[in-house]
Amino acid sequence: MTITIKQLQKGLADKQFSSVEITQDYLNKINQKNIDLNCFISVTGELALKQAASADAVIASGKGSVLTGIPMAHKDIFCTDGVKTSCGSKMLDNFIAPYDATVIEKFNRSGTVMLGKTNLDEFAMGSSNENSFYGSVGNPWDTSRVPGGSSGGSAAAVAARLAPGATGTDTGGSIRQPAALCGITGIKPTYGRVSRYGIVAFGSSLEQAGPFAHTAEDCALLLQSMSGFDPRDSTSVDQAVPNFSVDLNKDIAGLKIGLPKEFFADGLDSDVATVIETAISEFHKLGAEIVDISLPNMGLSIPVYYVVAPAECSSNLSRMDGVRFGHQCENPIDLEDLYKRSRSEGFGEEVKRRIMIGTYALSAGYYDAYYLKAQRLRRLIKQDYVKAFEQVDVILCPTTPEVAFKRGEKTDDPINMYLQDIYTLSLNLAGLPGMSIPAGFSQSMPVGLQLIGNYFEESRILNTAHKFQQVTDWHLKAPEVK
Amino acid sequence: MSRWETVIGLEIHAQLATSSKIFSGASTAYGAEPNTQACAVDLGLPGVLPVLNTEVVNMAIKFGVSIGAEIGKRSVFDRKNYFYPDSPKGYQISQLELPIVGVGSINITLQDGPNEGQPKTIGITRAHLEEDAGKSLHEAFPSHTGIDLNRAGTPLLEIVSDPDMRSAKEAVAYARKIHSLVRYLEICDGNMQEGSFRCDANVSVRPMGQTELGTRAELKNINSFRFLERAINYEVERQIELIEDGGTVAQETRLYDSDKHETRSMRSKEEANDYRYFPDPDLLPVIVTDEDIEIIRNNLPELPEQKCQRFISDLGLSDYNAELLTSSRELADYFETALALAPDQSKLLVNWILGDLSGALNRSDLDIQSSPINAAMLVTLLQRISDNTISGKIAKEVFEAMWQGEGSADSIIESRGLKQITDSSAIEGLIDEVIAANPNQVAEFQAGKEKMLGFFVGQIMKQSKGKANPGQVNQMLRDKLKA
Amino acid sequence: MTLKTEEVRNIAHLARLQINDSNVEQYTNDLSNILNVFKQMKLHDTTNILPMAHPMDATQRLRPDVVSETNQREKFQAVAPDVEQHLYRVPKVIE
Repeated sequence: MTITIKQLQKGLADKQFSSVEITQDYLNKINQKNIDLNCFISVTGELALKQAASADAVIASGKGSVLTGIPMAHKDIFCTDGVKTSCGSKMLDNFIAPYDATVIEKFNRSGTVMLGKTNLDEFAMGSSNENSFYGSVGNPWDTSRVPGGSSGGSAAAVAARLAPGATGTDTGGSIRQPAALCGITGIKPTYGRVSRYGIVAFGSSLEQAGPFAHTAEDCALLLQSMSGFDPRDSTSVDQAVPNFSVDLNKDIAGLKIGLPKEFFADGLDSDVATVIETAISEFHKLGAEIVDISLPNMGLSIPVYYVVAPAECSSNLSRMDGVRFGHQCENPIDLEDLYKRSRSEGFGEEVKRRIMIGTYALSAGYYDAYYLKAQRLRRLIKQDYVKAFEQVDVILCPTTPEVAFKRGEKTDDPINMYLQDIYTLSLNLAGLPGMSIPAGFSQSMPVGLQLIGNYFEESRILNTAHKFQQVTDWHLKAPEVK
Repeated sequence: MSRWETVIGLEIHAQLATSSKIFSGASTAYGAEPNTQACAVDLGLPGVLPVLNTEVVNMAIKFGVSIGAEIGKRSVFDRKNYFYPDSPKGYQISQLELPIVGVGSINITLQDGPNEGQPKTIGITRAHLEEDAGKSLHEAFPSHTGIDLNRAGTPLLEIVSDPDMRSAKEAVAYARKIHSLVRYLEICDGNMQEGSFRCDANVSVRPMGQTELGTRAELKNINSFRFLERAINYEVERQIELIEDGGTVAQETRLYDSDKHETRSMRSKEEANDYRYFPDPDLLPVIVTDEDIEIIRNNLPELPEQKCQRFISDLGLSDYNAELLTSSRELADYFETALALAPDQSKLLVNWILGDLSGALNRSDLDIQSSPINAAMLVTLLQRISDNTISGKIAKEVFEAMWQGEGSADSIIESRGLKQITDSSAIEGLIDEVIAANPNQVAEFQAGKEKMLGFFVGQIMKQSKGKANPGQVNQMLRDKLKA
Repeated sequence: MTLKTEEVRNIAHLARLQINDSNVEQYTNDLSNILNVFKQMKLHDTTNILPMAHPMDATQRLRPDVVSETNQREKFQAVAPDVEQHLYRVPKVIE
């Protein structure tokens, strides 16, 4: 059974139930199912009930806003004042954040209730949620399969109906790919739309926070609450945030949807391709005009991304040195020992691999050939999109080349793992908004469809997604979790 | 003459005098309890982000236009990656490729050599913005180093000179010139003891006549101009000795130890660094428009060279005195405050300020700002000379008493009874006494020995304890003796 | 492209990661494979293309010079592994 935020909101307003009641209900479900799924690192039951009680008081006083009293889960990458913020790493296993991320502050102001902090690939590096110090996460549709990553815990929690909505971050697909693999809706906004303040940084020039929910309509509500200029983030964009819900029902007849041929080529699973083609015909029926386009430089997005993101991460994670917070090794003999052992004990394999790659790409003698070259190619990738949006309103493609794979299947093959993000990475390089919506099933596993919008046109992709969800019910299908 | 030529370039780190840090809203005040002024951004906690302080940019532009430099219309902040406990993020935010201030120059006056007193232009390669590190306290614990991050994130302007200086004295003259400039501009408090103004010197030697530069050593930890001179001289000698003994100079960072008066290799910086600079993705390019630059240019205070020229042309001061007076903004301010109170006394003021006052300050090792005699007090003293209340000689005694904190000129003159004797009958009485007591000398004078006049004046002044008006004494004495 | 183990050790040192004889081969292998993926970048001519460090062509916003932070030392040092006399402690550093 799928209960949307919209429905919860109505029930709270109509006094069908209280926030404390639904919060308790979600906490009970988490209590039952988290053992199998492992999608929460921390469950903040006490805090949740306290927040729910005050939300109920606010609602009773008639001062509630749309999200007051709505329970949700937060990826454990957002700093939460007084609550452990681990980032899925042993390094931060003991880190009680001393402040709230801007996104958390905004949700607190909206009156949402935090159920807990969700599992993720360590420092958001991964596509399967198998790189977590707290263990891997099961896909609610088949727990022997991965939920995707890095925001795998959030996606699995929403898919398993353990939370009606959740936050994620997306550096190379970390919202869209797990949304696709878990059969839910997730959106990554335009770079700069949501403040990065208080999000433990991985790839600073790439990442954005965004929401997961069952519907585009719910995503619009959550994104509304998260968005907006933040003077504490220099890369936050000082631009008015439109009302994302207003245009949801706008007719999409005449909307030009581009299909980039590069995203329908070799490597795409044929069953997934069939599901996407069926979805395209739905858009056609809704009156959209389907246009073939080309994004010629997309093949470069894997190497470019795997230079830029590790370069940034190698520097961003240098502050994890065991001195002011985080893991410190036992009895360091000297400063170098303190650094090397604290970091080597604190970081997992994939994180170390990326730090090494990034360090190499920035080092003397290689900077021009790797880092600078990647930054130049990054511009070419962006230009492809800029040109494409001169022809079309929205770009459509599969979110991932295949459905959720088996746990352990790709852990020994980092490059094969990286290829899971082949359709999602380029948006982060370009800074464009994109979302994934459920479009059908293959091998009884959900298939995600990606909609890419032009800069600051989140409303348009939310509208496109919503219209699709009005004529399909893939987004309402729920897995049976034992 | 030495067959070695010394080549020096300076890297000056000036802490900018902002209220808050370069990338955070924490206070930059000096001397707070450890780690009380290190906020989440300064500590490099997970998730925090830098936002650039507007005043930091303005101050850098002020400096840039004052040295005639090109201002970077688009400057970029880079990360300089290295691990050190006082650098909490594991990188320092600095500027590598596109600094805010480009090539400029400044003039110094040569302090030694055949062209002493001549001007020389020192090139400034660039000046860029960066964040200061915290402090490592090595003495705090027996087997540990303590880290205080209050200073972390304090804005720094790093001013890099060309290798244009040829002696320690020249290097000091340049450093003093920059020091004076940043204080004139009010962009740095210049306090070297507190580390607000720090000089690193790149020193090398080469055989006279050789064009390529020798291998340089970078001297750090120099916290006064005196030490700058001593450190360079020590290092030059060390390098020459080393080479003459058949050795080679290593490119390295050396720490100056002012207690032992030596430089020594810094172990912690020995390893060759690979800083992996790249543009900080948390910060965007800083854009400065022509209008921004013009507004700052039009609001610049009068700079030392302009002030110096004005003193020469408007007040008729000598080049030497004008330069001395403008060598620091505080000294020039003192002079101008005094001059405003006594506009027609410029010469007397200059003599006293550069003479007795500067001497007393030097002896007590005080800055002009901490002078026990302020400008108004000095002016009153000088007015007592010009209105004949006291003589110039007595004024020195009054000055000494004022310096010791005995009060104002007037109260000291009063309490010590130093008022000049100008009453003719009283002076006449003194003259008569002296003439009566020295008949032989009177006879000598009357026989044509004019020099004896000095003897009589001396005797009379002695009798009056210096208080008789010397002019009056002279006049009346002549009249009496010739009568 | 194949890295030498010595290069891998050097990178690990720059990144302050411990590497030992048992895992240096594995790292060398993994990193070499990843560098092979990067090779295709070389095939593209990027003369006259400016490097792009940010997805948006935005410029830096400036903050007023105001002290907005208060002392939160107790809270910040509560998460620190080794603090004495309000100082963060590290093994003795010799300069």
